[in-house]
Parts: sequence; structure tokens; C-alpha cells
Amino acid sequence: MRRVVASGVVGLARLLAGGQVRRIGFTPDERQRIYFANHTSHLDFVVIWSALPKRLRALTRPVAARDYWAKGLKRYLALKVFNAVLVDRVRSDPATPNPLDVLLDGLGDRHSLIIFPEGTRGDGTQLGAFKSGLYRLGKARPDVELVPVYIDNLNRVLPKGEFAPVPMLASVSFGAPMRIEDGEEKADFLERARDAILELRQW
Amino acid sequence: MVNFLHDRATLYLFGGVLAILVVATIAGQLIKLRVRNAVVDNLNARIRAWWIMSAVFAFSLATGGIGSVILFAILSFFALREFITLTPTRPADHSALFWVFFIITPLQYYLVAVKWYGFFAVLIPVYAFLFIPSRIAIAGDPNAFLERSAKIQWGLMVCVYCVSHAPALLMLEIPKYEGKNARLLFFLVVIVQLSDVLQYVWGKLLGRHKIAPVISPSKTWEGFVGGVLTATAIGGALWWATPFNLWQATLMAFIIAMMGFAGGLTMSAIKRDRGVKDWGAAIEGHGGVLDRIDSICFAAPIFFHLTRYFFTP
Repeated sequence: MRRVVASGVVGLARLLAGGQVRRIGFTPDERQRIYFANHTSHLDFVVIWSALPKRLRALTRPVAARDYWAKGLKRYLALKVFNAVLVDRVRSDPATPNPLDVLLDGLGDRHSLIIFPEGTRGDGTQLGAFKSGLYRLGKARPDVELVPVYIDNLNRVLPKGEFAPVPMLASVSFGAPMRIEDGEEKADFLERARDAILELRQW
Repeated sequence: MVNFLHDRATLYLFGGVLAILVVATIAGQLIKLRVRNAVVDNLNARIRAWWIMSAVFAFSLATGGIGSVILFAILSFFALREFITLTPTRPADHSALFWVFFIITPLQYYLVAVKWYGFFAVLIPVYAFLFIPSRIAIAGDPNAFLERSAKIQWGLMVCVYCVSHAPALLMLEIPKYEGKNARLLFFLVVIVQLSDVLQYVWGKLLGRHKIAPVISPSKTWEGFVGGVLTATAIGGALWWATPFNLWQATLMAFIIAMMGFAGGLTMSAIKRDRGVKDWGAAIEGHGGVLDRIDSICFAAPIFFHLTRYFFTP
């Protein structure tokens, strides 16, 4: 059942946003990775997930906001189909676990993650500043490769505030994996990571 | 399906297409033995894609009317998606686009399927034409308003309204031609596509003088004249499969080929304006869906209306 739903979701993602998948210096394989991408739409991780080869989808867990994904059908899709890691965007109760621990837990020893370091959805034209989560994840797990991903045109499929998607050709570009260099400062690394996504824009 | 297999004329037509594909495939492989470059690889990729496109088209005709209506509806949907992707719209256009893709387009093809000519002919040029700018105005963003409305209307006209006239040929009631309209659709598609291919072939063989090099670097006068004349002659030779006599079939094929050329050139102008080579990458060697059906967009409505005006009571 899950498999059927998963292929249904992939098919739907292709119908609505089917377009090109580009791999620039990136080869998909089972290595643990953290894919970090620009965030323009609720469909972002669905499209990145669909752009990966089938065998990697089962190993790749999107990180999604609990307040949006924890209800009804979305909850079923998030937890059962995508095996998402749900995090609280606002940590109101100190009893909820530290988001970084939740992500490290989600990564485990064989999974990969899809994260959006801008934290919130942009309008598709600008790339916002990165939050520090990517850096802290990279520091905590230096063995995991960080892969920049640029999603183009998807904000037009489902713009912020809209409910129904419209078909459009989007493209997903995977860039060369990177790591935090020895002694690299947080701000320098986040700038470098952001540039890596901007670099993919020209493809 | 049964009718189709007992229809000798239609079988001859498909036999002809099969023969052309076989000859083209052998020629492509022979050329590949002697020359290896990007042009030859693209040629062979195009021929491979032609096999698939011909098979899909033949299958859709074999299922009777409904298969062709569904096939062209899908083509319209993908073509419109390519068109809108390359057309800058703003977030305020979202609802209008939703209507265009999920309500107006299916409705247009529904009207073809139920043969409701009166509504089919005005749905997009009248109702959708007025609805789209109103819906965008309600969304409340005045930036480039006229431009945005016009682009969506244009995409809908070309990709949906014009293309839907191809399967609409099946709704025409031509005296003494009942139940044979699939051949008319076949005639249109084959002449348009042959004219495209022959213009390409003549252009590659003899092309010297470019028609509009900035708009379409590959279109030459030699290719245009050679392709249109050859396609016209083939159209005339197929008169026995149509409701037309020899000279009528020849004239129709000539008009189809000319309109196809106009369509290809016009759609190229839009691509150049947007700074791209192809509309998409859906069909190997050909580019996007719209790259393959741009000539049908222009030929289908004219062929439909000429046939309707002169050959139906």
C-alpha cells in the first residue's frame, strides 16, 4: 500500500512539476547525505525526493514542520510514505526535545536527510540567509556529505498561500557534495553553502 | 477496433507510414555507418521517437473517436504546461491558471467528445477570453496586467483551442463519408508532420538562403519550397482516402503545409523572445511536445473550418 501511494505521489509530482533533474558533480548512492535546498513551496521535498533513484528514496528522510504536516492525510503521507522527520518550528515548551537531537536521531547510521536551511519559504526569487542548523549538523556528523540542491520554478506550482497546485515544468539540480573544512567558522561555511546553491542557478 | 482492421483504406495509410519509418530507420543506420556526428545522432533519435509517436497515434485512432480525443487532450495539457513555464506569470495569476489547466482545458475536450460544436467553437475565444482577465483582476495585482492576461489567453488559444480542432475533425458530418473521419485526422497529422520532416530534409540537402535566420536558423527557402511542394504532392496522392477529389486534396494539403510552416515559424519567434532553443525535453531528439505540434496548432483550425464550410451541409 505504502509503495503504491509512494509511486502515486512520485507520478503526481512528475505530472505537476515534472521537468528536468540535473546532476552537476553529484552521483546518487547509498552514502549518508544531507541534501540542503532553497525553500519555495510545500512541494519542495516531495520533488527532491521524487528526483532521487527509487532505492535511495527509502533511505532519504525529509525534515518537515510538525505544525503543517502532523494533521490528517498529510500526517499519513509524512510519516508512512516519506518517513519524514517532523520538527517543531517554534519551541514553546522546553520539554520538547532539542531539534538538533531530533535531526541527528533521524539521520541514524544509514539514513539521509533533506533540509531547508532558510527555515521558511521564500518567494522563489531571493535566497534567504541560512540558519545555523546545517552547520551544527555538519559539525556533529563530519562523516555525512552535504549536498546543495537548487529547485527552480516550483514556487509557481504552489505559491505561498495557495491551496491548489498548477502544472509547471520545474527543475531540480544536485550539486557536488561538500563538507565543513577544518577550522571553518560558522558564518564562512554558511556563506559557502549558500553560494553553492546560487551557483546551481546558472545550470 | 474491428471496423478499423476491416477498413482497407486506413490499413493502406498505416502501411504507408510503416514503410516510411522502415526506410527512414535503414537510411539513418546507413548514414551512421559512414558519418558520426551530433546531427546524425539527433536524426536517429528523431526517427526512434517517430516510431513511438506513430504507434501512439495509430493506437488512438484504432480505439475510435475517444482515444484520439484523449490523446490530443493530453498533448494540449503538456504543451500548455511548457508554454506557461516559459511565460512569466505572477503569484496573482495562480487561480486563473488553475482554471485554465483543470477546468477550461478538460471542458474543451469534453465538448469535442460529445460533439457540441456550438459551444466548442466559442468556449475559449469568448468565455475563457473574458473570464481570465476578470479572475486576474480579482486577485488584485495590476503589475503588467494586460501582458499577463494576454500571455495566458494566447497559451490557451494556441495549445488548447487550436489543437482541439484536430480531434474535432471526428465530429464533422460529411455526406457519404460517415464513420471514416479518422482518415481526415490521419490526413492532417501526416501532411503536417511530413511537411515538417521534408522541409528539414530538403533544407539539409539544398538549403542556402535562410528565411528568418534570427527566428529560426534552420529554415531555408529551398527547404520550405521543397518540403511544401513534396507534402502537397503526397497529399494529392492520398485523395482516395479523403472526401476530396484529386485537386481538392492537393489544395488542402498545400494549405495544411503552409499553415504548418507559419505555426513553426511563429512558435519559434516566441522561443527566441524567451531565449530558449526548445520548449522542453519531453520527446527525445525533438525537444518538447510543443516543438512537435507547433505546426498542428496552426494547421488544424484552418483545415477544420475549410472542410466544415465546403464539405458539410
